[in-house]
Amino acid sequence: MIEAHHECCAHHGHHHELVIENVSVNYRRVMALADVSIATSCGNRVALIGPNGAGKSTLLKAIAGLVPRTSGTIRWRGTAVKKWSREFAYLPQREEVDWSFPITVRGLVEMGRYPQTGWWRAFSNADSEAVDRALEALALQDLQDRQIRELSGGQQQRTFLARALAQEAHVLLLDEPFTGLDRNASQLLGDLLAKLAHEGRLVIASHHDLNTVPNLFDEALVLATRALAFGPVSEILTPEMIERTFSEPSVQD
Amino acid sequence: MITELLTNPFYQRALVTAGFIGFANGFFSGFVVLRRNALSVSALSHTMLPGIALGIFLTGSLSQWNAFFGALFAALLVGLGSVAVARGNRVEQGTALAVLYTAAFATGIALLPKLDTRQELEHWLFGDIIAVGNADIWIAFGIGAFILLVTNLLMRPILLTLFEPNVAAAQGVPVRFIQYLIFTLLVMALVSSLQAVGCVLSVGLLVTPAATVSLLTDRTSALFWGGGLIGGIGSMLAVLVSGKFGIAPGPAIVIVLGLLFVLAYLFSPKYGLMAPKRG
Repeated sequence: MIEAHHECCAHHGHHHELVIENVSVNYRRVMALADVSIATSCGNRVALIGPNGAGKSTLLKAIAGLVPRTSGTIRWRGTAVKKWSREFAYLPQREEVDWSFPITVRGLVEMGRYPQTGWWRAFSNADSEAVDRALEALALQDLQDRQIRELSGGQQQRTFLARALAQEAHVLLLDEPFTGLDRNASQLLGDLLAKLAHEGRLVIASHHDLNTVPNLFDEALVLATRALAFGPVSEILTPEMIERTFSEPSVQD
Repeated sequence: MITELLTNPFYQRALVTAGFIGFANGFFSGFVVLRRNALSVSALSHTMLPGIALGIFLTGSLSQWNAFFGALFAALLVGLGSVAVARGNRVEQGTALAVLYTAAFATGIALLPKLDTRQELEHWLFGDIIAVGNADIWIAFGIGAFILLVTNLLMRPILLTLFEPNVAAAQGVPVRFIQYLIFTLLVMALVSSLQAVGCVLSVGLLVTPAATVSLLTDRTSALFWGGGLIGGIGSMLAVLVSGKFGIAPGPAIVIVLGLLFVLAYLFSPKYGLMAPKRG
């Protein structure tokens, strides 16, 4: 594992904080995200929940720098993140990936090293080792020469997680990682996210199955364009809150 | 028979040129396959003809250079024109491209016979590699070297852009620039193959090699280098064979590449028709 870089851990007491303040995102004229503020720290698993079109994906993309923020600030470890941080890794929703792209599992994980190597520097031994470690951590060594479409849904998620580990990312931003996984694969991915958080990473994932939130996440943010509630899962997932969030007419996509 | 041909300076030049052009186009075909835009390549290739006609019309003479700039200009005009039309949200870009390139191609066909040039229309439609001069070799070599250099230097940002443009943009890759660059290199590769196979068949040289490789391997880098090898060796082989059978080298190149593709399609151990079905 790539633990050396994560000296902070939920169990050490000194937390690295992610502070999101008043973040808004507009797509053309449509407001996708309004004035969202949360503060959390590494070692946590944060679920983004809310109806379709609530801005879950948009928030993940705004943190990852994939969509421009209209306003607001994001600070990680005390420093403002202008556009993108090497310590953030974004894992796209399954249907947004071009699975027939001729690339192997290993090739995809190697892409995680590009931020470190830049455009030109050749792969060093350290880079190859980081890729090996990431593949090993996610039990993908035997699959490393497979084309990415020839994987099961769970293996595909693990491949993107491995890329995030190879990147030595500290904050993992996952868009609906559990969608389309069978029970076993969900279980496996849930355990993995728990392990990654335990090692000191911050996991933020959009999630639509309220029943599994308590098992999979520590904190939850309830979104409906605005942040309706944020806090430990046990405090957030009350029947009243669920009623209030999901009975509101959903915002258009 | 073959040795006789090999001592013939025309054939020597033709072989060398075919090798350069085949390799550079084969290498670049990897990007065409990755971008899945073989159809727009086809459209752009047809657009080069009116571009060449325009180049001759404006300068009154025919040289590699005004052919090159004419073709580049026309391809850019039609390519970017289709993007602009598609912005209107009413006509899809593929549709716009089809309308513009057929109109441009028709203009070229109508215009070329009116121009007073020694060259036949057929030469530009189907190429004539036996007629290449030393200057043609240098142009083919120069364009090939340039394409190889630029794509290899920018391989990582290009791959990121093709695979995940939004992630690439977040990481600071100038995605728009890379996309225009790929487009420009594409047109350069097309123009470099004019002399060998002409504008109609240039698509074959710029799509088939990597399409063949994609049936044989999943390694991304193999698409480029393998495509280059298949393009280069296939083209040289085709020039030799064409002399033996007395057929034009341009079509021969595309036929040989097409046959290699069919062979891969049938017999690829992994993706071939004859391959054992996998679960």
